[in-house]
Amino acid sequence: MPTTAELIKFIFGRLTIDALPLDEPIIMGTFVMVALGGLTVAGLITRFKLWGYLWKEWFTSIDHKKIGVMYIVLGVVMLLRGFADALMMRAQQAMSFGSSHGYLPPSHYDQVFSAHGVIMIFFVAMPLVVGLMNLVVPLQIGARDVSFPFLNNFSFWMTVGGAVIVMMSLFIGNFARTGWLAYPPLSGIGASPDVGVDYYIWGLQVAGIGTLLSGVNLVITIIKMRAPGMTLMRMPIFTWTALCTNILIVASFPVLTVVLALLSLDRYVGAHFFTNTLGGDPMMYVNLIWIWGHPEVYILILPAFGVFSEVVSTFSGKRLFGYTSMVYATVAITVLAYVVWLHHFFTMGAGADVNAFFGITTMIISIPTGAKIFNWLFTMYRGRVRFELPMLWTLGFMVTFVIGGMTGVLLAVPSADFVLHNSLFLIAHFHNVIIGGVVFGMFAGINYWFPKAFGFKLEPFWGKVSFWCWLVGFYLAFMPLYVLGLMGVTRRLSHFDDMSLRPWFLIAALGAGVILVGILAFLAQIAVSIMKREELRDLTGDPWNGRTLEWSTSSPPPAYNFAFTPVVHQQDAWWDMKTHGYQRPVAGFIPIHMPRNTGAGLVLAGFATACGIGMVWHMWWLAALGLFVVIGGAIVHSFNEDRDFHIPASDVIAVEGERTEALRNVA
Amino acid sequence: MSKAHSSAVHTPSDRLTFHLAEEHHPESSTLLGFWIYLMSDCLLFAGLFATYGVLGRAYAGGPTGAELFDLPTVALNTAFLLCSSITYGMAMIAVQEERKQQTLMWLGITGLFGLGFIGLELKEFTHLILEGNGPQRSAFLSSFFTLVGTHGLHVTCGIIWLVTLMTQVSRRGLNAVTKRRLMCLSLFWHFLDVIWIGVFSFVYLIGAM
Repeated sequence: MPTTAELIKFIFGRLTIDALPLDEPIIMGTFVMVALGGLTVAGLITRFKLWGYLWKEWFTSIDHKKIGVMYIVLGVVMLLRGFADALMMRAQQAMSFGSSHGYLPPSHYDQVFSAHGVIMIFFVAMPLVVGLMNLVVPLQIGARDVSFPFLNNFSFWMTVGGAVIVMMSLFIGNFARTGWLAYPPLSGIGASPDVGVDYYIWGLQVAGIGTLLSGVNLVITIIKMRAPGMTLMRMPIFTWTALCTNILIVASFPVLTVVLALLSLDRYVGAHFFTNTLGGDPMMYVNLIWIWGHPEVYILILPAFGVFSEVVSTFSGKRLFGYTSMVYATVAITVLAYVVWLHHFFTMGAGADVNAFFGITTMIISIPTGAKIFNWLFTMYRGRVRFELPMLWTLGFMVTFVIGGMTGVLLAVPSADFVLHNSLFLIAHFHNVIIGGVVFGMFAGINYWFPKAFGFKLEPFWGKVSFWCWLVGFYLAFMPLYVLGLMGVTRRLSHFDDMSLRPWFLIAALGAGVILVGILAFLAQIAVSIMKREELRDLTGDPWNGRTLEWSTSSPPPAYNFAFTPVVHQQDAWWDMKTHGYQRPVAGFIPIHMPRNTGAGLVLAGFATACGIGMVWHMWWLAALGLFVVIGGAIVHSFNEDRDFHIPASDVIAVEGERTEALRNVA
Repeated sequence: MSKAHSSAVHTPSDRLTFHLAEEHHPESSTLLGFWIYLMSDCLLFAGLFATYGVLGRAYAGGPTGAELFDLPTVALNTAFLLCSSITYGMAMIAVQEERKQQTLMWLGITGLFGLGFIGLELKEFTHLILEGNGPQRSAFLSSFFTLVGTHGLHVTCGIIWLVTLMTQVSRRGLNAVTKRRLMCLSLFWHFLDVIWIGVFSFVYLIGAM
């Protein structure tokens, strides 16, 4: 007979009441806020009886547009969390000088910067990028959906599962104190015996599976589902960058899976991959994780480049300058992304020859990137440029990203890197390219495609406030870090003795405050746009006088995207249709074959998440149960053959009839 | 690509068609999708092979491969797996000839070979662990167990999948869906064979020298 203590140990693993942060007012305050916010949202949904709607129309939807929107919502929500971490760091570093030690104890500060990095990359940037690709790519290639719609839903929920695991660590137990890449031996069981690193590992493993499957899905979609006539060299540039990004995902995420699995074996089984004893090699972890990590950088930035290409060409009213060179530049970056990883640790001691090789390959990447910048500039040259919101973000990007690119080339010189590595100069550099590149790109993309997804434009006033605050705030927040880095300040410090550094940290904190206004203005922009949606309504489906196929259908597009599959004759297919005076067909509609919604993805991902949580807390029964249900559920699902249906022609006629009516009213 | 498409593309520019009047059916993407997935799996093994390449001689004063590996057992193991690939090939021939019972029989034999392989591997692992040569002993053994064990885990998944498909074939016969799934599993099974040849030569043969 097991004793009660044994039974409790079996059920709860190493989870005890001490894991709840009852004695930490900051975390408890946050918890109360989040709980109140969550309860309010849940209450409102219940009040307006929206659970059924959400379940039927969104959570179980296999429609790529809705999944894309859900990814973007996830990214924006997690942006709030990740940015709260950023504010906490800026405040701590502005306060903690001399005799003052700020308000965050080091063990908490270390969790904050680790969580900030992990959340911003995996649960903000990735969902935004993947969401935008999901939303736009099938429309741009004239397809009805992605190749594997069910898998798409499952991938999304796996990403959510990873986010849930990481968020859980805020309130139950703690998060890793290791930095966002969790280098051993610090992340090993000796230095980090508690649950922090395990939360990190399982959060990323669960989300990583989702990302990998979504990568496979989009690669196949682009290869197999393009409309007739759309050869590779007629694909819109955003689709090209999406193809390259997803190839990078498929070819790099397995390495992340491996390296995290090896770290877990070190931690759970006592293996010796990255230990300092019995033959382990911590530097191998650093190598492996950057073999994934550097391509990851390009996974994020390439789709942003794609957005800028679409935006520049649309708002300059011209075909993109140098389409072919743009494609080759994208492909060159894709390939080069794999041969530069060692520049993240020149100081490893690999020797001058190895460092020289990786230094040179890194500098070479700036050539295709520079070619892209010139292509965008030449597209604008003599164009009739309209300074709408997406174009503002693009211009902000072009100026900011060039600065970030140049400091990157500086860091690529190994001898300079020996001085600057792990300094705030590096922090300034990668925020310069990630905010100036990825974040600006995602905002450009959201402003550009929002009318396509919802049928009304985003409100420009708050959009401009948001843009200018982000732009100014970025420079205020990060230019001081370049200076501090050159002065030798290293990253991840929670306290400084040298008072002369303080003014720079105060400016940086001010900058973070300005960015906060930018984020709030973005939320206000969404709210105001929803309130004024009738004024901002676009009935044409083509509010920007666009050039690619997504603008040829209604906004929001019907479930089937296109009543008739488009036929493509050249680049900028929709522009081509417009110049040839294409008349939208109003008769001859046929039934359309579509996949059916299913809750299987959500359920399977839920159990995978439970499995991860069980592993974190050593609740072995939960981990085993989760794994068992995932495998069993997948098998049961494979027996379900009722997966698709036909939208009857009468429904298509009704939907298209409404559009005909709407278009007539506009004209 | 449909006929309408090719004719549409070649019409003179004054009479361009911009949409298809009939439903467009892109060819099935499942096989290519599965193939791409396998390539990502291949990279997973590449990571494990690279790890073994770095740590494979880090004995930490413990036993070496030459002292531990029992080549006759591994040879038998390898024979089981290679035979199972042949029998899976026979099953696919039976699928092409639409012979359901024969398909099931060959799939069953394949599964038995797979089980034999897993059984021998488990025996080898248990033996090593009981002698104190588990993955905790040295970096060499950590990477050995992980590489070989990951392959074994894949074979185990393959067997579960095989049983699932046998159930589906016996219930629903050889239709387009089951045939496509058998084809995917076939890719998977042969892929694991290829990986094993790498494990066999790289880990066991070179390690035993």
